[in-house]
Amino acid sequence: MLLKELKRGVFDENPVFVMMLGLCPTLAVSVSLRDGVAMGCAATFVLICSNVIVSLIRRFVPGGVRIPAYIVVIASFVTMVELIFKAYMPPAVTAALGIYIPLIVVNCIIFYRAEAFASKNNVFRSIIDGVVVGIGFICAMALISSVREILGSGSIGGLILSSTYKPMTIMILPPGAFLTVGGLLALFRYIGQRRKERA
Amino acid sequence: MIMDWSTYFSIAIGVIFINNFVVFRFLGLCPVIGVAKRLDVAFGYGMAATFVMTMASVVIQLLYVYVLQPNAALLQAIAPSIAEKGLLDILRTTSYILVIAVLVQLVEMFLRKVIPSLYQALGIYLPIITTNCAVLGAVLLNTTNATRDLTFPQAVAQGFFAGIGFTLAMLLMAGIRERLELAKIPKPLQDVPITFFAAAFMGLAFQGFAGM
Repeated sequence: MLLKELKRGVFDENPVFVMMLGLCPTLAVSVSLRDGVAMGCAATFVLICSNVIVSLIRRFVPGGVRIPAYIVVIASFVTMVELIFKAYMPPAVTAALGIYIPLIVVNCIIFYRAEAFASKNNVFRSIIDGVVVGIGFICAMALISSVREILGSGSIGGLILSSTYKPMTIMILPPGAFLTVGGLLALFRYIGQRRKERA
Repeated sequence: MIMDWSTYFSIAIGVIFINNFVVFRFLGLCPVIGVAKRLDVAFGYGMAATFVMTMASVVIQLLYVYVLQPNAALLQAIAPSIAEKGLLDILRTTSYILVIAVLVQLVEMFLRKVIPSLYQALGIYLPIITTNCAVLGAVLLNTTNATRDLTFPQAVAQGFFAGIGFTLAMLLMAGIRERLELAKIPKPLQDVPITFFAAAFMGLAFQGFAGM
């Protein structure tokens, strides 16, 4: 059952490539693998915690004020992440993530999971959902940022791959983010369509 | 007092062209992908967002200067013991997003009563602007994450021009997508992927302003 859930989070309902949610951080901080994974972990932490709380309070919160209530819950956890990052992460990572850490508050993935899943399910199932969707998000971030780092800086996770490779600077500039995500999206769609045709 | 117009001009050029919110900072991408399919809709949404961004810049700049900042005047009067450290670390994100949510709600009610014609034009887009990262991004870049210290009118100007830049990107994108509907696009590229490629080339064009 866990494996099935994991497959749902990473492949069938991948938050970035299938649902197309939370695109701002995906594009903005995917310059290097390290930053991308750090962003993925920060968002996953907020997602799991907010799923737990939203699921716990789902019976007491009236429908009319549920969005502001979720916003406050999510914002509190984002503040926690901010403080944790400031205290324990290398300053270079915190600087690279910059305003995109507070912007996790308006990340559609977290909102969508709170609204569509955690507000209708018990705590245990909400935790599982947070974990698998979070892993899906981390995978997507890792994939996008490694493509950009390999092509744009000729390294992966800071390790230089080849001394003769001339990096394509465009890939670490903002347009490169659009090109990478657009290309990967098209690739996954192509694979999906091929599979459907064969079946 | 003589207004220093050149500062405002450089702020305007900076946030509209050089550091455009959509193509450079990736803020407010969801509506660009989701809403910007027709020019009139994109214009309506862009105007609503600009309006909220300007209002939010005004309110949050006041909040930042008088309440949240270390040694802020109001905080010193109410709770001198915590005034020295300020409340930015713990309350910034929460207070900003709540102010934006309340503001959007108020703006909506105000427009409905006072300027019904504008409400008719912007109304449907207003509620969803709360969760638009462009608004939160704009106020963050005005206050704690500003590249330089901004005075009150400068911060408001930056918020307003950021909205204009956002609208510009929305309009360009909508224009491109209206044309794309008539084009023959390979199936895996249809709709979103091709929009990303279009955005990439738009970003390249905007990159040309970076030398200014």
